Amino acid sequence: MGAGRTVLVTGVSRDLGRTLARTLATDPGIDRVVGVDVVPPRGDLGDVTFVRADIRNPIIAKVIAKEDVDTVVHMSVIATPGSAGARGTMKELNVIGTMQLLAACQKAEGLRTLVVKSSTTAYGASSRDPAMFTEDMQPRRPARTGYAKDVAEVEQYVRGFARRRPDVTTTLLRCANVIGPRVESPLASYFRLPVIPTVLGFDPRLQFLHETDLNRVLRHAVREDVGGTFNVAGDGLLMLSQALRRADRPNIAVPGVAFGGLGSVLKSVRRADLSPELVAFLTYGRGVDTTRMRNELGFEPHYTTASAFAEFAASLPPGSRRTERLLGSLAERLPAVEDDRPTQLALAGGTDG
Amino acid sequence: MADAEIIPIGTRGQPGRGTGKRPSAAARGLAPKGSTPPRKAPAKKPAPAEQGAADQERPAVEDAPVVASPSLLDPPSDVPVAGPAATSGTRAEERGAGPLAGIPVGDWLAAFQHASKELFGEQWEPQLARFLAFLRRRVTGDYTVDEYGFDAEVTERFFMAALRPVAQKWFRIEVRGVENIPAEGGALVVSNHSGTIPVDGLMTMVSIHDHTGRFLRPLGADLVFRLPVVGAVARKGGATLACSEDAERMLRGGELVGVWPEGFKGIGKPFSERYKLQRFGRGGFVSAALRTGVPIVPLSVVGAEEIYPLVGNIPSLARLLGVPYIPITPLFPLLGPLGLVPLPSKWLLEFGEPIRTDEYDDGAADDPMLVFNVTDQVRETIQQTLYSLLMQRESVFR
Repeated sequence: MGAGRTVLVTGVSRDLGRTLARTLATDPGIDRVVGVDVVPPRGDLGDVTFVRADIRNPIIAKVIAKEDVDTVVHMSVIATPGSAGARGTMKELNVIGTMQLLAACQKAEGLRTLVVKSSTTAYGASSRDPAMFTEDMQPRRPARTGYAKDVAEVEQYVRGFARRRPDVTTTLLRCANVIGPRVESPLASYFRLPVIPTVLGFDPRLQFLHETDLNRVLRHAVREDVGGTFNVAGDGLLMLSQALRRADRPNIAVPGVAFGGLGSVLKSVRRADLSPELVAFLTYGRGVDTTRMRNELGFEPHYTTASAFAEFAASLPPGSRRTERLLGSLAERLPAVEDDRPTQLALAGGTDG
Repeated sequence: MADAEIIPIGTRGQPGRGTGKRPSAAARGLAPKGSTPPRKAPAKKPAPAEQGAADQERPAVEDAPVVASPSLLDPPSDVPVAGPAATSGTRAEERGAGPLAGIPVGDWLAAFQHASKELFGEQWEPQLARFLAFLRRRVTGDYTVDEYGFDAEVTERFFMAALRPVAQKWFRIEVRGVENIPAEGGALVVSNHSGTIPVDGLMTMVSIHDHTGRFLRPLGADLVFRLPVVGAVARKGGATLACSEDAERMLRGGELVGVWPEGFKGIGKPFSERYKLQRFGRGGFVSAALRTGVPIVPLSVVGAEEIYPLVGNIPSLARLLGVPYIPITPLFPLLGPLGLVPLPSKWLLEFGEPIRTDEYDDGAADDPMLVFNVTDQVRETIQQTLYSLLMQRESVFR
């Protein structure tokens, strides 16, 4: 794709969308960036043309036609009803908004590329899950409520659109939980709680995507023009217990039955929103396979899951690390030993029965 | 009695029989009559002083091995060491007010060194340093898990170490045919399943690890991952869900995967049907092996059937709790928790010759007849080996 591209980005009022629109505007291959949202963005939009429009009504079609848009980046599938109001509004925004936007896109003759930011929540989280989801797998239990259902419906519409407009390169990015110092998401606010509740007896596997990697992968998808569905996540996994130890956060194990109730208490005091799909995620965890992201999409995240979380953890108030200091001062008095992980494993794995 | 033996009369100068606090009746008799009541009071007087002295000394003897670890915190403040001297200094001051102030640092250090030597042997310093490094890694989360949640370090140092004595001392496991397990690359170990609780899986993991140094990655039923604690521990120990996606992914990754195709039909069968193999699922494990072209290693386990002889079941309660069965063994509900101690049967593990699957052509996994045939072949091999092992076994417990 050469110069003269016009990109439309939805959901620019929120941080991730705004940052994406701004960085796209600085891209030499892109002429114009149009940002669309119902409320004006809080921060600086730079060279982005902001159009105040609601994607839930047909006005969006006029915007696409008038601005001669050839690329649409759909970012306004939201996980938190928080700012938007109640759950009903959130569903309206996510599902009806996507429907209207895709209807407008289908009519737009000049459209060449559609990039939709989805989420790995589409795979759900349950005890019957395979360890790593590939793009072809379905959730074991179809989502019936909330954000997960929205994501499933949005993806369904996007697949329908891709069938009807095969000439448009449709890229669906299923991103793992985005994390970073500036991210506001249910999971980030969960980790920002002063004492973190965990589900007693469960230790979920977590995968993170750093906010700058999300930005990069969306720009990459706009630039590279590779169609298809891709899982996007940082390398490696962290167990929840491990993440909490690394961040040195105090935590308390709560029996599974009480965890949901705790979630509604936290929601009523507006500290965190433990929605059913987040509770399932914090119970069973989820892993996605990113082979296709690497080989077909050709994208390589800068941050691993661990380093993305480390950067996020650095933004949290530091813990006491009392035990570590104690062990450290003990270790200082002893002779230094080499990092013995592999040798220890080899030593202990003797062959005597 | 030998004639030279002298049996002394009296108490050899000690306060006599009894508690040792009061003089014996004989001793009291020796004392002048009038002074008995006043003597009692002075005798009591020194007691508090003595007790005070004992209070100061006793912790030195009794507590030293118990609270040996914090003792090392103190020395850095007195001995000039480069490091966080400020923090340890303040801590030492806080401590100075405590009741342990009277004990010199040198004594603490000596006691600690002695304890370390007892625990880790002569090479205690590097050993302890390594152990501390391990503890620090655990505390700070500085370890890696693989994509199934397998934590090799804690499995190696904790789970295996805990199970090894059970395998070697309690069940006295005898392993045969270890050479049939490939030293590297993917392979599928298929075993019979028995024993009411899947102890046989754990014992197989330990035995394979001790004999080949490889970790067996078991495939578990989804009940395992639905249960709290059990599921989390299983993932840390290397297990994953028994589904074709995970099985094939692990085998492609070159892991040694363990599968018990009888499932709950196997471990939950009554004692009267011991060593009779149940149906081998739907042959999913064979399809996985055929797709990935890895060898199938049949494993026959003798001895696991007798650890908890299942004589009854409470189906209604089992349904209520959502578990496949509530076992009744001759000991279990009767003796309470004591009934959970497995009977110490003698175990024999025999790994059979690997069955190759890489010679079949590509579509083989989609040919149900071939899958059934290979499944039957594996099942027959295990059943025949079971019979021959049972013939060789002298008795259940020996």
